Amino acid sequence: MRKVITGNHATAYGAKLSRPGVISAYPITPQTTIVEHIADFIADGELSCEFVKVESEHSAMAACISAQNTGARTFTATSAHGLALMHEMLMWAAAGRLPIVMVNVNRAMGPPWSIWADHLDSVAQRDTGWMQVYCEDNQEILDTTIMSFKVGESRDVLMPTMIAEDAFYLSHTVEPVDIPDQEDVDAFLPPYDPPFKLDVDDPKGFGSLVMPNNYMEFRYLMKLALDRARERIVEVDREFEEAFGRSHGGLVDLYRCEDAEYLIVAVGTTSSTVREVVDQLRSEGEKVGLARIRVFRPFPVDEVRAMVRGVKGVAVLDRVYSFGAFGPFYTELIAALYGQDERPVIKDYLVGIGGRDVRSKHIRDIYSNLKAVTRDGLDSETEWIDLNRPGGGA
Amino acid sequence: MPYDHESIPPTPITSVPSDQFLKTGSWRTFRPVIDRDKCIKCFICWKFCPDVSVRVKDEDSYPEIDYEFCKGCGICARECPKDAIDMVLEV
Amino acid sequence: MDLIEIRFHGRGGQGAVIASRLLAEAAFIEGKDVQAFPFFGVERRGAPVTAFTKIDDRPIRIKSEIYEPDHVIVLDTALLGYIDVVQGLKPGGRVLINCPLERAAQYRARSKAPIDAVDGTGIAIGHGLGSRESPIVNTSMLGAFARSSGLVGIDAVAEAIRRQVRRKVEANIEAARDAHDRVDTMEG
Repeated sequence: MRKVITGNHATAYGAKLSRPGVISAYPITPQTTIVEHIADFIADGELSCEFVKVESEHSAMAACISAQNTGARTFTATSAHGLALMHEMLMWAAAGRLPIVMVNVNRAMGPPWSIWADHLDSVAQRDTGWMQVYCEDNQEILDTTIMSFKVGESRDVLMPTMIAEDAFYLSHTVEPVDIPDQEDVDAFLPPYDPPFKLDVDDPKGFGSLVMPNNYMEFRYLMKLALDRARERIVEVDREFEEAFGRSHGGLVDLYRCEDAEYLIVAVGTTSSTVREVVDQLRSEGEKVGLARIRVFRPFPVDEVRAMVRGVKGVAVLDRVYSFGAFGPFYTELIAALYGQDERPVIKDYLVGIGGRDVRSKHIRDIYSNLKAVTRDGLDSETEWIDLNRPGGGA
Repeated sequence: MPYDHESIPPTPITSVPSDQFLKTGSWRTFRPVIDRDKCIKCFICWKFCPDVSVRVKDEDSYPEIDYEFCKGCGICARECPKDAIDMVLEV
Repeated sequence: MDLIEIRFHGRGGQGAVIASRLLAEAAFIEGKDVQAFPFFGVERRGAPVTAFTKIDDRPIRIKSEIYEPDHVIVLDTALLGYIDVVQGLKPGGRVLINCPLERAAQYRARSKAPIDAVDGTGIAIGHGLGSRESPIVNTSMLGAFARSSGLVGIDAVAEAIRRQVRRKVEANIEAARDAHDRVDTMEG
């Protein structure tokens, strides 16, 4: 059934269709309507699940961890400061090998106080062990929620997933979304069957002290798990396409990149606007494509190496900046490509920080600049786009 | 003793009460000793032991201390309503 | 049809955001791709609210805000005193204002755009939508817009209301149909 709904409503549908046993969440703008829609589903009897009310996001994640440890499938959603407050518990969830699924509505961190789109909140959780998937439209949020349970719950993965949706551009924007039938989702996503869980008849202790002579091995297991997740994400995306007739591109979603001399690398909703601009530029004879980094963790190292072969210039659009360094997506890209025989010119463009609107004209300007620096040499590694400059120039 | 990554679970999981990685019984200064004449099998010691080192076979048996793991913290002695547990200096 | 962009101006509580979604739903019912979203602000009752709808035959991929609308819908004439509602209006774009045509005439000086006018407030009150002090005019204005723009049919608007509105469904549909029949036009 196709319905015209917001990203937050699509999130709630994705959660409902995945049949979680426990949901615990604390409301925060712009995530609040996710919790409201889930509450409606439960009140209307459409979703049978335990909703645990809590006094903070730290507690919400703690509740999910405990519930997941008993063998329940769990879901939560948060944003920005709520995600930051979860930080400690995120590490517990990942190292506890609990495949919780969470939707984070990407919102800027204060101060200055802001509720608008920005990727700092989720990127700041990069090293917690959570997988991270950035969505381009509302359909992708719903589908990725279902897929992430399947990927995370794979016996050879057992890791949690954070699904990122841009504040307002998705959370509060309605678009047509196909809502799959429950029986089709049930056929695609089997019930959660954990290899270990809390059981009063077979008591176990979880997360105990480990001395330095054994700690590294547990971390090495997490490394292996996320390495395998790279393959699982692609496999599950393929299985999803067979079952539901649509794919979201696996790790890196390439659009018109065959024979491309220039690539625009984008993340989240900016990619959608880039897609339109790529079509415009292609119709003007430009050889340019979009490479959307869909999965940030595990980072798609091989795919990134493959996609730049034969490419002259790459523009990376970062909606987040790592103070004292560069944009994080740029840094990751550079790291993956160092040591390759052929390396294109790569420049980092900071766009849309704190919800600054990223328009077609900005993408076109970036493309022109990329061609110029590819021809003439880099002027600087990073450039802030649409920044208000002294004297009023942009 | 060190384990390689193929011989450990995905996350530290310890069977209860045994901890395969760390036997803590040697940490004790005082050992809890249960006086069966005073014990009423209320199992409050079992409930309070933070290291799951009080064993209960069934409700008719007396609780027993697992000295391989008991650290000698004394909580059981403190909580016992019948003062049936003495903390005896290890020698 | 190429991309058509519509901007709603209202005040918190009048239903501008819902109106933008109902219009999207109506166009979706007629087989279009749609997007609707509020201005990404912090809404409060009484404060100015802006909402947007995009309609296209092709998939809509541009995810930025609307700067050059094809149509503007003004739910409250009080806004005209301090908001430039025709800002960025495309050449040939139309403005629909919630007021009788004789009052709309005074706004002609601001813009050469054709103005459509409907007494959405009177119609909403007549159908018992909201209160006399704060009538909910969104469905009346949508009914009028279906007529003045020709972008969607009134039956699709009625079906959109049926799908999305939870209270006073029939009264809202009647108000939309009423307004649809009572739009006046002043060509530019």
